[in-house]
Amino acid sequence: MKRRDFMKNAAVFVTGVSVSISALELLDPQEVLAANPELRWGFLVDTHKCIGCGFCVKACKIENDIPLEANVTRTWVERYVIKKDGDVLMDSPKGALNGFTNKDIDQNRSGMKKVDDKDIAQAFFVPKLCNHCETPACVQVCPVGATYQAKDGAVLVDRSWCIGCGYCIMGCPYGVRFFHPIEHVADKCTFCYHRISNGGNTACAQACPTGARMIGNLRDPNDPLTKIVMGERVGVLRDEYGTKPQVFYIGLNKEVH
Amino acid sequence: MVEQVAQVAQMIVHGEAWTVKDLFVLPNEYVYWSIQIVMYPYMTGLVAGAFVLSSLYHVFGVEKLKSIARFALVFSFALLPVAMMPLMLHLMQPLRGINVLMTPHFTSAISAFGIVFMTYAVIVAAEIWFVYRKFIVESIHRLSAKTARSSYESLLLMIYKLISLGAMDDSKEAYAADHKAVKLLAGIGIPVACFLHGYAGFIFGSVKANALWMTPLMPVIFICSAVVSGIALCIVSYYVFMEMRKWAAKRGKNYLLPDGLAHGSAAINYDELKSVQDHEVRMTSKYLLIFMTLALTLEILDMIFRGYTAVKSWDILRDVLFEHDFFKIFVLQYGIGNFLPFLMLLLPGVTVRRAVIASCMVLFGVFMMRWNVVIGGQAFSLTFNGFMEYHLPIIPHDVETFKEGLGGALLVFGTPFVIFYFLNMIFPAFYVDDEGH
Repeated sequence: MKRRDFMKNAAVFVTGVSVSISALELLDPQEVLAANPELRWGFLVDTHKCIGCGFCVKACKIENDIPLEANVTRTWVERYVIKKDGDVLMDSPKGALNGFTNKDIDQNRSGMKKVDDKDIAQAFFVPKLCNHCETPACVQVCPVGATYQAKDGAVLVDRSWCIGCGYCIMGCPYGVRFFHPIEHVADKCTFCYHRISNGGNTACAQACPTGARMIGNLRDPNDPLTKIVMGERVGVLRDEYGTKPQVFYIGLNKEVH
Repeated sequence: MVEQVAQVAQMIVHGEAWTVKDLFVLPNEYVYWSIQIVMYPYMTGLVAGAFVLSSLYHVFGVEKLKSIARFALVFSFALLPVAMMPLMLHLMQPLRGINVLMTPHFTSAISAFGIVFMTYAVIVAAEIWFVYRKFIVESIHRLSAKTARSSYESLLLMIYKLISLGAMDDSKEAYAADHKAVKLLAGIGIPVACFLHGYAGFIFGSVKANALWMTPLMPVIFICSAVVSGIALCIVSYYVFMEMRKWAAKRGKNYLLPDGLAHGSAAINYDELKSVQDHEVRMTSKYLLIFMTLALTLEILDMIFRGYTAVKSWDILRDVLFEHDFFKIFVLQYGIGNFLPFLMLLLPGVTVRRAVIASCMVLFGVFMMRWNVVIGGQAFSLTFNGFMEYHLPIIPHDVETFKEGLGGALLVFGTPFVIFYFLNMIFPAFYVDDEGH
């Protein structure tokens, strides 16, 4: 082969190979998915249905290995009692692990507060969990990238990389994060990622006797959750922080933050 | 039984031991950032402030500060490793602290810590090297010339040979070049020191979830109070060390004169010490006054602005500022820490003793300011419906309550003095050299 031919052939070969490699890159399934995602986890809470039994809290703690007696929890239920004189009382004893068994409102150091039934204008329960925000403050502030957002929107924590500085706990406007009492790293609700990724339901939604909790895919128009979020009037918590929370609430009151 | 106790102890979650909740607080809310996070901006502030003081002489040629400038520089270097200590004591996984350097996540304010901190450390180290190069070369000559060296002197000689990096040029031109380098480094050092500390303010100011912290003024407030506390600490330490040296020089207690121990006590003269001390302390307190005015103005401005705009969070902030933390903020921080020393420094005829007492109060005031920002920012619930009170663990009952208690705080505060003692043997901070810088 002449030198000129060799050079020619080499040029053709290199061009051909690079074109096909770039084609492979164009078809990277991960990039395609990111550009046109088919899955975005969302959550719906119907506060009208919640009876404050606390089964969700217990189920969550057992499923996710959070010690039952530890005073931290990935999900909790708040009780709101609005009095006729406008006073609002709230409590969540042990995150409602054992439900609400006492009519008195737990005001921590200020003790248990009695409220006469006839003074109550309205009372309701609000379950809370991680909002798996679209623009999560916790992911932004993590100095080592140990907390991250998966492509399907779930915000997760890498337990093997978290340094335990607590910046994410400070950064979260919803107070859903805490230090795991045994692992000593930041912890929070994962939407039971290990279950939903395998076609299962979240532990809390499964344990809820009234169907007040629901997980679903916001990108699927036929998903029961998406139908409600699109078709009914739902609210989110504290959107003023610009975090774009993805847990939607039916029957949200102005007293609930 | 032991297992049971261990199990119960394990169930105390981080923060629970020192947090008292009142009214409605979310189940996961505790005072997660406690005393060590108060110490962190306090110590970095001292580092930055001490450096700025030394730069006043090196860059702007404030001749009157010459002697304290050298001390401030060496002391700033001694404080430097301690700025990192509170963070290590605070981390739940201290062994993974290095991850910040390995996988810095640049959207986080903390991720830049390693880079900013190291840049600053390199600048300070280089500046000290240029300032002391003449002394190092002279010491090598002096110690080499000695025929009978003690093992201690041999060690010192070895250290000097090592840190001289082989630069033994003692010509006039070389020293002039050193002088230029010092000026340049001090010049670069000022913005970097301000950045190091302003960025500590940014860590707090950028937390949008926290109503008390979130203000763009936070970094500037932090820088000003840093300079204030740094200068105050230099005045106090300079005075204390000088008193100790005077006392020791009179009685020949060489163990209190680490540089004398290292270089023979000939360099120390009682009368000279006294005049230098008077002059330096009085001069420095003037600069303290200038920076205090600036810091105080910004802090008051921030508070007035919050009250005037009175957004949603103001109701709970007002409760925290004017009821729960009133004593800590208005009596301890502004009263004892700002107002009184301000008057003491402003009244004519400042004596050394008065300046030092005022500086001690300023140091306390800046500490209380850090406390009121860090702890005060966590004194209320995210829901604005409840309060949290922090109880500093005094007697530790496990590692956590030591680290994040009084013991840990004292450890952090004491360490720079120990480091300074040994650093002073190598770089005599009180060494007077008319030709040097």
